[in-house]
Amino acid sequence: MTNTVISDTPVDRPLVIAGKTYKSRLLVGTGKYKDLAETKHAIETSGAEIVTVAVRRTNIGQNTDEPNLLDVISPDKYTILPNTAGCYTAKDAVRTCKLARELLGGHDLVKLEVLGDQKTLYPNVTETLVAAEELIKDGFKVMVYTTDDPLIALRLEEMGCVAVMPLGAPIGSGLGIRNPYNIKLILENAKVPILVDAGVGTASDASIAMELGCDGVLMNTAIAAAKDPVRMANAMRLAVESGREAWLAGRMPRKLYASASSPVDGLI
Amino acid sequence: MQILINGEQTELVGDATLMAVITLLELEGKRYAIEVNEEIISRGDHANYSLNADDRVEVVQAIGGG
Repeated sequence: MTNTVISDTPVDRPLVIAGKTYKSRLLVGTGKYKDLAETKHAIETSGAEIVTVAVRRTNIGQNTDEPNLLDVISPDKYTILPNTAGCYTAKDAVRTCKLARELLGGHDLVKLEVLGDQKTLYPNVTETLVAAEELIKDGFKVMVYTTDDPLIALRLEEMGCVAVMPLGAPIGSGLGIRNPYNIKLILENAKVPILVDAGVGTASDASIAMELGCDGVLMNTAIAAAKDPVRMANAMRLAVESGREAWLAGRMPRKLYASASSPVDGLI
Repeated sequence: MQILINGEQTELVGDATLMAVITLLELEGKRYAIEVNEEIISRGDHANYSLNADDRVEVVQAIGGG
């Protein structure tokens, strides 16, 4: 008996970051959830394999009975991506990455983000470049959050960042992909994965990022701040998958005038 | 002996190793990382690392973030 071929659609090449292969192209954060149970449920539903965490001081006298985030989001199951969120200088970002590496037993994949302004949380590109250089020299594998400037994206790639992550819109704004043409320019030159990080508000935004040809999307607030975060996590999983499929399929060209879908011949 | 733990003046009585700080914060068996005066001290060295007065100790953990 021969196997029936259901589909001859070629299999997509997997997402490879720093030599590791991932099935999911959705990366998620763990901030802003109601509690750890909701965090766990939403992240499991999203299908994400790479999960970002923040590094913060242990509060003296905090409730030590509460489970730790890493008890719920296990490093055995997920690739933990510590971020440098809240850092406004290269020095603080490098320090945070070193603490994260120690915290995670030598794990050297990090998300570098150096911010420039509290109101917009816009990346401070000059400090980001300084931090990236130092971290790469120290053996870190750097996934870098940056502006959607094609020249800076290329520069960060050439420096040795393992992935470049331009913003779609400011962090937590939910404004969507505001400058798809810049994302396209970044993709044109890139040899490392390009992921949209920040700005996604709803499922269609994630699809748009993937339809542009991005290798993945990183989001936090779009899921955590939805009325039903678990349901939105599922929506985002589907949106990233369908956006990727649409990009692989290749969309039809846009035309100004109509083109009938039914044959013109044989009309009564 | 007075030291700074995460920016707070803290009195450390008796044993003045980093292990005493871990015990004070009830962090045994948990995932954490420690800096003393902005230098990372590896986990394996905590038991033997002696603190001095006015040392600035930072203890961090992973929490939710995007």
